[in-house]
Amino acid sequence: MTISDFPPGLVLVLGAFLLPIIARKFRPILTLGLPLITLFLVWNLPNGSFSIFPLFDYQLTFVRSDSLSRLFATVFSIMTFGGSLYALKQKRVLELVAVFVYAGSAIGVVLAGDLISLFIFWEIMAVASTLVLLSVGGNISYQVSMRYFLVHVFGGTLLLVGILAHILDTGSTAFTAMELNSLSSILILIGFLINAAAPPLSAWLSDAYPEASFSGAVFLSAFTTKAAVYVLLRGFPGAEILVIIGVFMIFYGIIYALLENDIRRILAYSIVNQVGFMVTGIGIGTEMALNGVAAHAFTHIIYKGLLLMSAGAVIYMTGKRKCTDLGGLFQSMPLTTICAIIGALSISSFPLTSGFISKSMISQAAADESLTAIWFLLMAASAGVFLHAGIKFPWFVFFQKDSGLRPSDPPWSMRLAMLLFAGICIGLGVWPEFLYSMLPYPVNYEPYTVTHVLHMLQLLLFSGFAFFLMLPLMKRTLTITLDADWFYRRLFPSALKNIFSIIWRADKVIRLACLDKLNSGFNFISKKNNRLSGLLSQNHPSGSMAMWVAVVLAIYLLLSFIK
Amino acid sequence: MISHLPILQVIVPLMAAPLCLLLKRAQLVWLFALFASSLACFISILLLQQVMTSGVISYELGGWEAPWGIEYRIDKLNAFLLLIISAISTVVLIAAQTSIEKEIPKDKHTLFYILYLLSLTGMLGIVSTGDAFNVFVFLEISSLSAYALIALGNDRRALWASYQYLIMGTIGATFILIGIGLMYQMTGTLNMEDLSQRLPQVAQTRTVFTAFAFVIVGVCLKLALFPLHLWLPNAYAFAPSIVTAFFAATATKVAIYLLIRFTFTVFGLSFSFTTLPLQGLFLTLGLAGIFVASSAAIYQKNVKHVFAYSSIAQVGYIIIGLSTSTITGLTATLLHLFNHALMKSAIFLALGAVVYRLGSIQLSSFYGLGRQMPLTMAAITIGGLSLIGVPLTVGFVSKWYLLIALIEHGWWPVAVLVLLGSLLAIVYVWRIVEAAYFKEPLAGTMPVKEAPVLFLIPIWTLIIANIYFGIDTRLSVQVAQSAAQSLFGVSP
Repeated sequence: MTISDFPPGLVLVLGAFLLPIIARKFRPILTLGLPLITLFLVWNLPNGSFSIFPLFDYQLTFVRSDSLSRLFATVFSIMTFGGSLYALKQKRVLELVAVFVYAGSAIGVVLAGDLISLFIFWEIMAVASTLVLLSVGGNISYQVSMRYFLVHVFGGTLLLVGILAHILDTGSTAFTAMELNSLSSILILIGFLINAAAPPLSAWLSDAYPEASFSGAVFLSAFTTKAAVYVLLRGFPGAEILVIIGVFMIFYGIIYALLENDIRRILAYSIVNQVGFMVTGIGIGTEMALNGVAAHAFTHIIYKGLLLMSAGAVIYMTGKRKCTDLGGLFQSMPLTTICAIIGALSISSFPLTSGFISKSMISQAAADESLTAIWFLLMAASAGVFLHAGIKFPWFVFFQKDSGLRPSDPPWSMRLAMLLFAGICIGLGVWPEFLYSMLPYPVNYEPYTVTHVLHMLQLLLFSGFAFFLMLPLMKRTLTITLDADWFYRRLFPSALKNIFSIIWRADKVIRLACLDKLNSGFNFISKKNNRLSGLLSQNHPSGSMAMWVAVVLAIYLLLSFIK
Repeated sequence: MISHLPILQVIVPLMAAPLCLLLKRAQLVWLFALFASSLACFISILLLQQVMTSGVISYELGGWEAPWGIEYRIDKLNAFLLLIISAISTVVLIAAQTSIEKEIPKDKHTLFYILYLLSLTGMLGIVSTGDAFNVFVFLEISSLSAYALIALGNDRRALWASYQYLIMGTIGATFILIGIGLMYQMTGTLNMEDLSQRLPQVAQTRTVFTAFAFVIVGVCLKLALFPLHLWLPNAYAFAPSIVTAFFAATATKVAIYLLIRFTFTVFGLSFSFTTLPLQGLFLTLGLAGIFVASSAAIYQKNVKHVFAYSSIAQVGYIIIGLSTSTITGLTATLLHLFNHALMKSAIFLALGAVVYRLGSIQLSSFYGLGRQMPLTMAAITIGGLSLIGVPLTVGFVSKWYLLIALIEHGWWPVAVLVLLGSLLAIVYVWRIVEAAYFKEPLAGTMPVKEAPVLFLIPIWTLIIANIYFGIDTRLSVQVAQSAAQSLFGVSP
């Protein structure tokens, strides 16, 4: 038993249970120390498989260390550290325990070398993340976490069946790249995709994350979807269906984020959108694309964490969460504003931020493979990202009208966490070599060429222009002077608006109809049962019991004589 | 001595039962019953060892040769069952005296132990005998004592539940007797081995079809297969807690043993599963049972009812494993017999501890119990996780093997349905966890203490077994696998 035989994720999982025991004032030592120990362990893992245990007739490999798994484990540990720093003001121990188990099991997932241990951590992750949501308390949180849990357990069900069948098919439990040619691998893929918030079950993410606490949302944004990206990257590189799914997710995220008013729900939709980029990259499947996906997952975790921290800071200080209630906060929350802008620039791939050096690799991969249509869509989407996350979020929260609110910046621990992540965003953008050296394949990509930079700046400039052009539309207060500018002031926006509203309405009708049916079904069942002597649990007189015996005997005899 | 083990297995509790009358004090009776039960458990361990190393043991009662005299025949299957029954009985008995002090009037304590030992005798007898009529005799011994045990419950509804169980149990036993009678009429023998030799010659007659139907329906009534389960929830809910813990873990298992014995050994695999529509019937009823019973469990207010319904759902899983009629499927079934006994006895014992402290088993009385009885509630939670099939518990092992069997058999949709069914288990277990950990105690309730040590020892022994056998599956899987193989006539 050497130190590399100890799965790093377990440090967090086991350490979590110390949190409620130790005295309150020593708790920060654990919450900050454990992620650092984990990070240390991850960085000291040599290549290879460790921590092997027998289970039934199989071998569990808890640690499979290579550059890809270490990259994800690293960013998960950094995220846990930053998040814990941010969450020092969080008083609920249950949330902290859940968060640590959640983070630890996510690290467990990315280090798992076989499908069984992957599944074990996968399920722990589902339970722990539900507890993060549940720890908020109250009726809404209860209902949200139940919905969240059901979706994930459903995904876990499909995943387990797929894994079992895969083991029976191939006789091996190893988790390696799979071909999409059997029912087993399709089930596994669906199980993975549900956690990645792929359609048609994308809604769990935007439903649940905004209901978490100010600190819980920061953690939730990092692990579930990115662990799914990791397993897709490992299991299904180059599966073409993923390109279509990814592009769909990209635009789904953009459209819904543009229409949304809740600040954290905007960011939640934007997670779907960003994961869409990654899923697309996995579908393209070249070394460049996979490198890009890994890098983008890394940078995304950091800047999305940063954005949610700033959103959380606003909610923590003001208690308000709607764009329409906020605005003008830059005057009293300068630091939060700056950090939010850095996060927003990163997500929009502004040069010298982390998003620029990672996302461009994915679109470059599409270009290299001559996937012209995909490349155009990705470019259009980049503009869309800038619109909803890059400008809309900071603009409506920190600038725009003056809401009259004058909250100060959040407490020092939250400021420090935001500064740390903002620093990482800039640092990675300025020195991309650090991240590039950790990627699974050798990188021969230079982000800072004149064309790349100019191209990106143009794109951002024009979409920024478009945003302010359409600002009245976004605020839904239309004042129009009709002239030749009618075309771009009225026709195009209204055409866009109509398209959006058609999509929105169709989607709403379909979803509502499905939900309605589901709801009335459940209501029927619960109405019939939720009585002392419900439909299925009535007390029967002995006579009717005996009748059932006769019925079964009759059916049985009938069947056997017919044969 | 060693060669008489098969009969000692049954005789020890049988003789111990009347001896209880001689001991006046309840404490002494308890210790004596515990001793008898541990002796039976010890014998079953020896038997299992012997069977695993040297094969089938045939014991001729009174020295009469097999087809004429009564034969006790111990193979891997019944040695496994004997171990489950006697081990659970012993562990449960540890808590018995503490529990019945609160639930049963003092003058009936001796009676309780006598009935308990008789019921144990009956179950051990059913499992060890190789004679079809002897099965019926022991079935009656165990059933009659079971009716009386359930009627001891301090809720007045226990009488009514016991009465209904009596009616249904008698119908079941009568059906089995009719089936055995018809077989005897066709073959002239009652010895199971002999029957299995002679039945194929007359297999295509309507009498044998009818005999089979009666036996199967009778046994299914005893094992509470949906829709013949209606007697079970009330019988389990209103019986004394110790009785519930013992029966939930063993009574249905014995009936399932009979089902396996009759379908695989007596009638033979090809007759049971190819000539007759058993496969479709078991699959349909098993699935229906899982969904109906699990959804009923979700809405129960009485926590004993919750787990009683869950037992019916678990029977569904066991029957589905059987319906595949493959070695893997049968392994899964046998494995789940063992695992389910561990889960349910642990859970019902813990519920017994709650009744001991609170006197009530309504869900609302669980509010805030997580802080007042941490060890007991932790046990219920772990037992519940095992019931759901969370990795590192025995439930996961069962689920794993059952799914493998289903997928191997090509029954994909069934595998998914089985898993979705286990989602329902999450809901009903969650309701209890939520009540205990996330709700505040109702106003006006007195805080209670943790359960007494005599409860905690058996509860946690079983919980640790739940986890241990969830990780180290050598014993359970190996025995189940080789028992399944020998039933299929494959030498391991």
